[in-house]
Amino acid sequence: MTAIGRRCLAAPCRLWVYSPAPSVFGNRAGFLLMAEQTIVRQFVRADATPHAGRDRLRWARWAVSPLLAVALLLAWHAVTASGAVKPFIIPPPAAVFDALGAALANGSLLYHAQVTLGEVLIGLALGLTTAVSLGYLLAKAPLVERLLAPYIVGLQAVPIVAIAPLFIIWFGSGAPSKVITCALIVFFPMLINTVVGVRQVEPDLRDLMASLDATRWQTFRLLEVPAAMPVLLGGLKVSATLSVIGAVVGEFVGASAGLGFLINLARSTYDTPLVFVAVFTLTIMALSLYGLVDWLEKRLLSWQQRRS
Amino acid sequence: MPASLSAEHISHTFRTPAGTVPALRDVTFTVEAGRLACVVGPSGCGKSTLLRVLAGLLKPDAGRVLLNGAPVEGPNHQIGIVFQKANLMPWRTVMQNLTLPLELDGVPAEKRRARAEALIDLVGLGGFTDAYPGELSGGMAQRVAMARALIYAPEVLLLDEPFGALDAMTRERLGVELLRIWEAERRTVVMVTHSIAEALFLGDHVMVMGQRPGHIVRWLDVPLPRPRSLDVIHSPAFGQLSAQVRAAIEA
Ligand SMILES: Nc1ncnc2c1ncn2[C@@H]1O[C@H](COP(=O)(O)OP(=O)(O)OP(=O)(O)O)[C@@H](O)[C@H]1O
Ligand SMILES: [Mg+2]
Repeated sequence: MTAIGRRCLAAPCRLWVYSPAPSVFGNRAGFLLMAEQTIVRQFVRADATPHAGRDRLRWARWAVSPLLAVALLLAWHAVTASGAVKPFIIPPPAAVFDALGAALANGSLLYHAQVTLGEVLIGLALGLTTAVSLGYLLAKAPLVERLLAPYIVGLQAVPIVAIAPLFIIWFGSGAPSKVITCALIVFFPMLINTVVGVRQVEPDLRDLMASLDATRWQTFRLLEVPAAMPVLLGGLKVSATLSVIGAVVGEFVGASAGLGFLINLARSTYDTPLVFVAVFTLTIMALSLYGLVDWLEKRLLSWQQRRS
Repeated sequence: MPASLSAEHISHTFRTPAGTVPALRDVTFTVEAGRLACVVGPSGCGKSTLLRVLAGLLKPDAGRVLLNGAPVEGPNHQIGIVFQKANLMPWRTVMQNLTLPLELDGVPAEKRRARAEALIDLVGLGGFTDAYPGELSGGMAQRVAMARALIYAPEVLLLDEPFGALDAMTRERLGVELLRIWEAERRTVVMVTHSIAEALFLGDHVMVMGQRPGHIVRWLDVPLPRPRSLDVIHSPAFGQLSAQVRAAIEA
């Protein structure tokens, strides 16, 4: 399995770890949170394979993935060319490429992608800032945590699809309602990971900082932030991929632009190739965001990779 | 400036969900300014707890700590502590860990490096300045921790088995090194050790602690002349003292 495969498997796994906990922040959940950390650690370790293994992995990444894509493409073509399925159910690859060319030529794809990306980025920024600030507060103030935890978990329990229409009613069918759905969906994983990350800072290192007369700000900057970073980045990976879903859910419910809107539009005219184009664009968007976080992780956590 | 350090009637009990653990009972002693006291005692008798109290990191149930006669209210810059485990930041290199105290004090980077360089040679870590703690052995990590405490020269230095993870040879060498630094600077030091010989070789006083709860069994002055060299270990006086300490521990 490639490193990417391993990580993709782990992302839903981590979510699963969160969701069934009735009191995510309580003592009972402590074990689950610990399990979460172990998973995050295992990931990071998994990346630090010895050189021979890493080289083989790189080879696999560069050769096998494209080969797999070509094979899938051929299979796809074979299925459609055989006439077993109607083109409006599964269009042939050529039709999808044509649709892509057309959508690129008239600028509509770029326009809608740009709208969605804008919503995603603003939503991410909003969701992450609130999650990290609130998470830090909860980690530092157990009392506040006990007061707010039921509401936060309750908020997470409400299906986002169910409340998205409400946001359209409240904020209109423009970008703000999508930004909010996106922010809401990225909020929870980031919040939990912030709480876990800040809580797991070694008490002995806190003692060290205290004995050196470190200020609150110094402790935050030089101890808490770097110590929590591996877990924070784990949360960021989940959030980054979820953010695209958030924006699209918002667009599905009511919008006049964006890739979600484009899919709705294409569906209503049975333009299946265009639906495919939009879906692929969304996938690429999510993958790029994930890749960005991955790159960030490699840079920020280089000290972990050097551990043999 | 060295300072005197006193403990007055310190008692402490840990309360955990599993029950209460009495860790210290009525511990009282004074280490005069510029003196080196060693603490010995069986594992789990409360030595580390005592050091945490002395450093102001743990508030005892009863009693107080005095630094030059003034009560210690919390952790502070005058009292430095080297923890039992190395306690390094895994995301910082050896150099960055070593210079952390100076960085917190706002010392500029070049000065930090210059001061670190001398210490790195002293603890024998040349060539490892850019390594991460994950790449060090336990003993090497402990030596970094030791150098980190020496770099900012606190008035009182509390050492919790600083040589615990070292082999006998390195241990001896660092012990001699510590003695040399201490004899030159005369800081007040309280050091926990498992080795009776080490306690007698280094200390002006040896404090023997007993178990459950931790208390002082015996307070012994070590009248061996200074400066001391390793030869002192073979002197008859040393043998007698070490028999006394052993008797106190076994009592
Ligand atoms: N934070 C804590 N919470 C609860 N109990 C503790 C805590 N710290 C220490 N204890 C208990 O207090 C007692 C003394 O512990 P301490 O670490 O001071 O022993 P020690 O003399 O340093 O032992 P060693 O030589 O093995 O390091 C032990 O029984 C330990 O279980
Ligand atoms: Mg101890």
